[in-house]
Amino acid sequence: MELRRREFGKMAATASALAALGLAGCGGGSEGEGGGEVTLEFAQWWEPELPDGTFRALMDQFEQENPGITVELLSGPYASTKEQLVAGAAAQTMPDVVGLDGAWVSDFAKQGAIADLTALMAEQGYDDGELASQVTIDGATYMIPVVNFVYPMFANMDLLESAGLTQMPSTREEFEETAKAVAATSPGVSGWALPLSLEAPNGAQNDIMSWVWASGGSMLTDDGKPKLVGNDDVKSASEFIKRLWDAGVVSPGAFTMKEQDKVEDFTNGRVGLMIDSLAHVHTIREGNPDLTFDISALPAVAGYDGERGMPYASWGIGVSGSTEHPAEAWKLVQFLMSAKVNASLSNDAKAFPGNTTATPDYVNSDEILKKAFEIWSAGRPANEFVGLPVSETLMRDFEEQFQAYLSGDIDVDTMLSNTQQAWDEAF
Amino acid sequence: MSVSEAAPVQDNGAGTRTLPLGTRVTRALVPFAYLSPTVTLLLVLMVVPIIIVIGYSLQDAVITTKQSHFVGLENYIDILTSAKFRTALGNTIVFVVVSVVAHMLIGLGFALLLNSDAVSNVTQAVFRTIFVLPWLLTVAIIAILWRLLLNPNGVVNALLSALGVVSGQHEWLADPDLALAVVTFINIWSGYPFFMISILAGLQGIPRDLYEAAEVDGAGVLRRFWSITIPQLRPIIISMALLDVIWTSQQFALIWMTTGGGPLNKTEMLSTFTYKMAFSEYDFAGASASAVIILVLSMVLAFFYVRSQKARD
Repeated sequence: MELRRREFGKMAATASALAALGLAGCGGGSEGEGGGEVTLEFAQWWEPELPDGTFRALMDQFEQENPGITVELLSGPYASTKEQLVAGAAAQTMPDVVGLDGAWVSDFAKQGAIADLTALMAEQGYDDGELASQVTIDGATYMIPVVNFVYPMFANMDLLESAGLTQMPSTREEFEETAKAVAATSPGVSGWALPLSLEAPNGAQNDIMSWVWASGGSMLTDDGKPKLVGNDDVKSASEFIKRLWDAGVVSPGAFTMKEQDKVEDFTNGRVGLMIDSLAHVHTIREGNPDLTFDISALPAVAGYDGERGMPYASWGIGVSGSTEHPAEAWKLVQFLMSAKVNASLSNDAKAFPGNTTATPDYVNSDEILKKAFEIWSAGRPANEFVGLPVSETLMRDFEEQFQAYLSGDIDVDTMLSNTQQAWDEAF
Repeated sequence: MSVSEAAPVQDNGAGTRTLPLGTRVTRALVPFAYLSPTVTLLLVLMVVPIIIVIGYSLQDAVITTKQSHFVGLENYIDILTSAKFRTALGNTIVFVVVSVVAHMLIGLGFALLLNSDAVSNVTQAVFRTIFVLPWLLTVAIIAILWRLLLNPNGVVNALLSALGVVSGQHEWLADPDLALAVVTFINIWSGYPFFMISILAGLQGIPRDLYEAAEVDGAGVLRRFWSITIPQLRPIIISMALLDVIWTSQQFALIWMTTGGGPLNKTEMLSTFTYKMAFSEYDFAGASASAVIILVLSMVLAFFYVRSQKARD
């Protein structure tokens, strides 16, 4: 009965965890030691995603350059890091330095769980001129993107060739034609993968709203509030995806598909096109060395000649609002954002650097990554969910309504209106 | 105190000797000393968290802000009037009732098969191993296994297509009309061995004399089943069913890892509803209220379970 008891514990754990947070609130922050020695706790999900030992080696380098400071890495998968930080934020026991996702920043900042980095930079006399971007709430920086993972469009060139195509689509119309042509090549092949899992609802960001950003559109008002009702950009992107859905070119199982399922389908040659993180280039190559694929910027509406927005995700960094060692914590942030270290980390992560003067080596040695760097440089990073309150819930709200729209239960205007209402409540 | 100074042992007139007060107090405290670690653990790990959660459920914006206020039953009213909660409650009821009934029937059927004289010992051992396999897998493995099997490009579709039952890439978990039935099926698959093993143990404890006497009296197989097997198993079945209702109503990992409550909230359960509220919306006050509602429902079931156990004793 052990197995069932573990399940039994899950629900109780939700309740107990809430309470445990309260109990943990009695605890302190990171531990300072005597003799001027400081131990910084650094919680992140990056170390497991990097080649073995590389991140620890960077920390060793930091410790050598900063005698008296030791870094204790608290590494885990993304999901458990998030839960750990939510608990730490609630209990004011957050590690001194934390890896952050843009979707969490608003909530942590409102809680006072993470420090105002603008003030910290001013205190430490730091010149932020080299930082590629900063995530701000009400004018104050709370997160600095250390490295960025962009989401271009991937195409299986073998499938495109089978469909008699040689060019990657550049407009929505071309994308539709390409997806239909690829889907027609074989009953087991789909044109496009659209993950809409409610467990990890980032499909709303990467696979739906990205179409809006690619054509210069926005889902927000100028002052950062939701704008879905009466928004022609969001409406036309939604209708475009519905057309693809009705045409049967979207791979089956979309309503429970997760990002890794999408990558697996693409890697196994079951789908012609997908929007995905550049971080998966290595995964795809490793999974199917024979697959010929290419990348491009996301297709835009016909006639659009502005900069194409490209969704991205970051390994962001922040400092705990309750740390006893803000100066030392900032030293670690500064170290990771320095040109040489940032380039090294970007190189290991196959990501784009957060320091504008850093250039990772891989950009010159890999054709796909070189192309991605050119697309990134020619376009603009776009992710309007970054910095919004309860971002994950906003994405889930959108996906729930979008699923109903795709199923034909509601029309596009109702979908947008219902989502707007849910989003307004969250704001 | 020296031995010679000890208070004399007195006879209380009833044939037993009265010990000194200090000794009697010490002896009376011994059981509590043995219990104290358990009681402390229960207090720290169960009672205190439950009280804190109840406290949270009566406040607004707990945890996420430093100042929260007492709002009485407002969170409970919000939860109970929420359409999503009602959907989750309805789905949970369907999921639990179907799962428990199926667990019971399949468990009983397999247990009877494994207990039957018509099946050789070797065959019984082989099938016992096969039948118990789902129970050996963790929830995470079960969820991943079935996600792979039920994938539109997975083994189930391939087999059913070969048999001509379905055509093409059927979306078992992503189909709004099927998703609840499919996750219920997975839960049934993973949970029936518990019933099977318990009932098998119960069957092996039924005296054979009863069957022999009934047979002599001319009772057929069905008559023996209804008049001997079921009454003898009734306490086990009732206990198991109540426990299974409690456990199944709190199923989280399987739902979360297979459908995340979707599509279109068709598999949203009370557990996933509460989890999303806490760790996605950061509404810990609402989540606490939801958790307390679940706790109350579970306590009602637990009450019936304890009562059935007492009746059995």
